Amino acid sequence: MLLARILEEKLSSLYRAGAIKGGVFLGRGQEALSVSVGSHLRKGDIFAPLIRDQAGRMAFGDTVLDTLRTYLGSQLGSMRGRDGNIHRGRPREGYHAMISHLGAMIPLVAGALLARRMKGETGVVGATCLGDGGTSTGAFHEGLNAAAVEKLPLVLVIANNQYAYSTPGSRQFACANLIDKAAGYGVAAHQVDGTDLNECLRVLGEAVQAARNGGGPQFVVGNLLRLVGHGEHDDASYVDTALKESPLGRDCLEVCEEFLVEKDWATTKEIADWRVEAKTEVDDTTTKVQREPSPDPAEEDWTALSERRFAEELSEA
Amino acid sequence: MITYLQALNAALDKLLADDPRVFLYGQDIGSFGGAFKVTKNLAARYPGRVLDAPLSEDAIVGMAIGAAIEGMRPIVEMQFADFSTCGFNQIVNHAATLFYRTEVQCPIVVRLPSGGTPGGGPFHSQSMEALYAHYPGLIVMTPGTVEDAYSMLLEAVAIDDPVIFCEHKFLYNHLKAEALPDEALPVGKARIARRGRDATIVTHGAMVHESLAAAEELVSDGYEIEVVDLRTVKPLDTDTLLASVARTGRMLCVSEAWPWGGVSAEVLARVSTEGFGLLDVPAQRLNARDTPIPYHPDLWSAHRPTADAIVASTRHLLEM
Repeated sequence: MLLARILEEKLSSLYRAGAIKGGVFLGRGQEALSVSVGSHLRKGDIFAPLIRDQAGRMAFGDTVLDTLRTYLGSQLGSMRGRDGNIHRGRPREGYHAMISHLGAMIPLVAGALLARRMKGETGVVGATCLGDGGTSTGAFHEGLNAAAVEKLPLVLVIANNQYAYSTPGSRQFACANLIDKAAGYGVAAHQVDGTDLNECLRVLGEAVQAARNGGGPQFVVGNLLRLVGHGEHDDASYVDTALKESPLGRDCLEVCEEFLVEKDWATTKEIADWRVEAKTEVDDTTTKVQREPSPDPAEEDWTALSERRFAEELSEA
Repeated sequence: MITYLQALNAALDKLLADDPRVFLYGQDIGSFGGAFKVTKNLAARYPGRVLDAPLSEDAIVGMAIGAAIEGMRPIVEMQFADFSTCGFNQIVNHAATLFYRTEVQCPIVVRLPSGGTPGGGPFHSQSMEALYAHYPGLIVMTPGTVEDAYSMLLEAVAIDDPVIFCEHKFLYNHLKAEALPDEALPVGKARIARRGRDATIVTHGAMVHESLAAAEELVSDGYEIEVVDLRTVKPLDTDTLLASVARTGRMLCVSEAWPWGGVSAEVLARVSTEGFGLLDVPAQRLNARDTPIPYHPDLWSAHRPTADAIVASTRHLLEM
């Protein structure tokens, strides 16, 4: 969680320095919910994170190195410059690379789980994350419904962060509470204070276990506030000040650190040391990645097919 | 005798029997056997591997992609090609981009019952091949014979990339062959459906048969028309097109789909840019009219190319 926060702070400054060509989308304020998803998954499980899941990605096995490589366009990154920023993954390892169309990863995870079932594998869980805005899409509806029909071990986590880009929940859905949607699909619903790591770990633990035990899809809503813009290009001036001052606007990392000190599990000094340690790792890795080669257009094979015998060669003037 | 539809059923049967990775997913395809009965008897023969899906084209394709990443060979059926617009996003943005982005293959087959039938109307008649061929990362097949329906479906499943399989509804029960083939032309190769010397008609799908009928009619005028069946529209076998045009000097491309940016536009572009010197007269094309596909059979037969219309266009080409 702390490492994800520090890494994202670095990405933000790299963005401002013009070192990243594409967009930067951060998960500040959502780390507790996200890391709880990744923490409860184990090797062999399936995870399709969304744009604010740096913490969950790292808990599932992603690294500072590959994150920086993908953002900075290193040829050595998992996407080799062909895709960037949050669109990274290693699908062979069950870690999927999101497309931008919201809700699209739900049926993908459902299909992967269906395949596991056909292959006779049991005890597998697939999790995917979405925002409140994503619940309005047709893909969300179709994917969750199909997963429910097949009673697949899918955990769908909604970060109800109060805004889809600039659009507030009041213009996004008309149900009193997002978890009300679950009943219509016949899936179990869970709700959690997304600013409280303890609660997130507890509720996600229950949801993942229920899915693992054959309870079918689990719908989890974490209530929180996005503490950054939609992307780093966005100053988020539309966010209601009252929300920022409400319990939803708490910084989950601060809440967590206060808890650790209060319980005497760590001192303020120790936490400060962890921060320095994380910063050193992030800074050193950045330096290394900045020296790595960019993809070379002349070396690119410009073929979208894996079966090269079907690649077309067009004559061009 | 075996019909085009029975050939598809036989191919699916063989695929399910031979490869445990293959499964079928689509609407009404289970015990009901599909809207057209292409999957008849398969659910009973292969329990748990021929699955009825909810009415969710987006989720059907999305789930196929997820299963393919896990090493399966899913074959999905869209009830009508027209409905694949509801699954368009997963096909063109997810399946088609997956290998380029992640180096993980996406071996799915999306079966599209395509093309017009009498009374089909605007939403049960479309030919979508050009739409999918536009996107990098997809292979698009348009089998026009019983033999190709069988052998190309077998090959589609063997290919490690996503395949859009445009099977023609008009041919389902009309078209018959003596037997299923033991071997086939490779995917990506066009077929000379009829040898000729005076002009080349390039076509695919159900239009192969309208074009062959037109060619027969022109024999009485002393013309020998060559008919090239594209078989796959992507990749497009430009070499066979150019070789044919080199023999005849004249080309008409016939397509049941709409004209703008379609397969005929691509064929004309290739032949004009790469084979301009082979042409005695400008290449021509004949497409469906640029309107939604009409419901009434009289309107429909005037909307799409027919043998009569192809004869008229070919005569025009020959007299240029």
